[in-house]
Amino acid sequence: MPDLLEIKNLVKKYKEVVAVDDISFSIRKGTCFGLLGPNGAGKTTTIEVIENIIPPTSGEILYKGKQRLSSFKQEVGIQFQQTALLSSLTLRETLITFKNLYNDPADIEEIIDICNLREIQKRLNDKISGGQKQRLMLALAMINKPELLFLDEPSTGLDPQARRNLWSIVQKIKEKGNTIILTTHYMEEAQHLCDEIAIMDNGKIIARGTPHQLIKEHCEGVTVILPKNSIKIPLSQFPFRFREINGRLEIRTNDINSCLNRLLSEHIDLTEMIVRSPNLENVFLNLTGKQLRD
Amino acid sequence: MSFKRLWAMFYARNLEFFRDRSALGWNFLFPFLIVAGFGMIFGGKDYAEYKVGVFPSQYESVSVSKIDLPSGFRETSYIKFIGFKSFEDGIEKLKHHKIDFLVKAGSKEHEYWVSDSSPKGYIIEKLFKGSLLPDGKVVAGKREIKGKEIRYIDWLFPGILAMNMMFSALWGVGYVVVRYRKIGVLKRLNATPLTAFEYLSAQILSRIFILMFTLAIVWIGCSFIFSFKVEGSYFDLFVIFFTGGICLSAFGLVIAARGTSEEFTSGVVNFISWPMMFLSEVWFSLEGSSRWVKLIAKLFPLTHMLAAVRKVMNDGAKLADVTPELAVLVFMTAMSIAVGAALFSWNK
Repeated sequence: MPDLLEIKNLVKKYKEVVAVDDISFSIRKGTCFGLLGPNGAGKTTTIEVIENIIPPTSGEILYKGKQRLSSFKQEVGIQFQQTALLSSLTLRETLITFKNLYNDPADIEEIIDICNLREIQKRLNDKISGGQKQRLMLALAMINKPELLFLDEPSTGLDPQARRNLWSIVQKIKEKGNTIILTTHYMEEAQHLCDEIAIMDNGKIIARGTPHQLIKEHCEGVTVILPKNSIKIPLSQFPFRFREINGRLEIRTNDINSCLNRLLSEHIDLTEMIVRSPNLENVFLNLTGKQLRD
Repeated sequence: MSFKRLWAMFYARNLEFFRDRSALGWNFLFPFLIVAGFGMIFGGKDYAEYKVGVFPSQYESVSVSKIDLPSGFRETSYIKFIGFKSFEDGIEKLKHHKIDFLVKAGSKEHEYWVSDSSPKGYIIEKLFKGSLLPDGKVVAGKREIKGKEIRYIDWLFPGILAMNMMFSALWGVGYVVVRYRKIGVLKRLNATPLTAFEYLSAQILSRIFILMFTLAIVWIGCSFIFSFKVEGSYFDLFVIFFTGGICLSAFGLVIAARGTSEEFTSGVVNFISWPMMFLSEVWFSLEGSSRWVKLIAKLFPLTHMLAAVRKVMNDGAKLADVTPELAVLVFMTAMSIAVGAALFSWNK
């Protein structure tokens, strides 16, 4: 598929601080592209420069192979990390207000259904929960049938249930073929929703690829976790190198079959064994030596 | 320029205003209370401009007929006499400007005390001395004012309405837009095709609609109580208030053009509104004031708006008679919109 968006050597400086440091990437049409990184990595600045909300210090942004024209705002939908709305309006009135700002808006009933807002559409927009507000913000971002949808940390601050709920809505939007750029510091979110990921740290992109590629490239093997009390032999005779954490032994192995066979041969009880595959958190840890949520 | 987008913003802003019951109520109640309050204070027979302390007196409230003072002074209108038991009580109040003049009742030497720094005390002193002159000594001929009398409340009323418009415009446009910038509403709107011109136009139009609506309700409400006299045409008054309202809202736009600090904006609004309130003849005339004071007053749209409104309301002037004032208001509106639009920022 052709590239919908091309970012070339983007730099954004605030006085002495370099928030975005010469990054380049492209996004194919119809994919969900994730910018993953800890707080302060430069994700939001990058996305807001692309959205044309703040100007870049240098670099080039091409949309459909050209500079962004005035029609850009008609074709993109944006959900900011933090935002407020005109107060004292119901959800439905808020949607209608935003709908009237676009030349070719979506069907409002369809948007209400996709974002599960039907039951609360008559409530005032400042009298709803965090999860409901994020769904409203997503609905507003979708109100113009955008070709390109920007979601800046859409699930930050939501409880697990509200987060899952939001993910399923984003999944539905993906299935309709929309191109999505998503920033997040939740590796589960990136892994769950994104087709391609760029990992950012200190304003730079430090790795890029599909979640599978990143994990394969930057993490080896799996982690086998066993309760310490399930091991009947002296730990000095334990056949693998291990880390002891909170009464559990963690073994890293590149060959899970051999590892399990060996443990069975030592008559170790595997009933409470946990096998953990590496994830993007591990990728980030391996790349930077720090946690995503540090 | 899209009228659909402009209308969407206009409609949403009006919904916001009319649903905010407390703000809505205050917009109607404030001018009504001011007019009612001043109507009672200045229109009532008991209104006193000067306070004269009298001692010795058993009671604070003294009956004018029982005070042992020259009758010409006792019977002067707009003087309130306050009794004090002793000289010490009275002089203490005089020192602190709680009263304007202190006089000893029944004193053959007509002893009195007055603060040399008190303008009111100076006037009372003149009155007191005048009342001691034998009758008929001063020759002066009083002539009646021809034509209809303009009550103080008729003069004050348009001032209160215009002042309310000023506060509503400066706070309703200036402060609200800055608050929206701070909390991110403008950022969200900037992500849509809405242009700054469309947004700002909608703000001004919405505010002028609210101003005129409030004006009409307050006018009708106050008219029931005070029966205001309008010598000129109501349509002409509407045109002047409308033009002045747009001008004041455009002034608010300049304040709203930049900034995210509500505290700073409050300061700026107060910095503009307070001098405008005092120097635009809302409360008192600037007749006889220094030239520079009058020049500063001319910089304020409220001055021109009020001058035009009073000419129509009190003197029966036509629109043609207030063309200079309207021209100044239109010019100020154009300048404010140009400056506000040029400086406007969605984010900072």
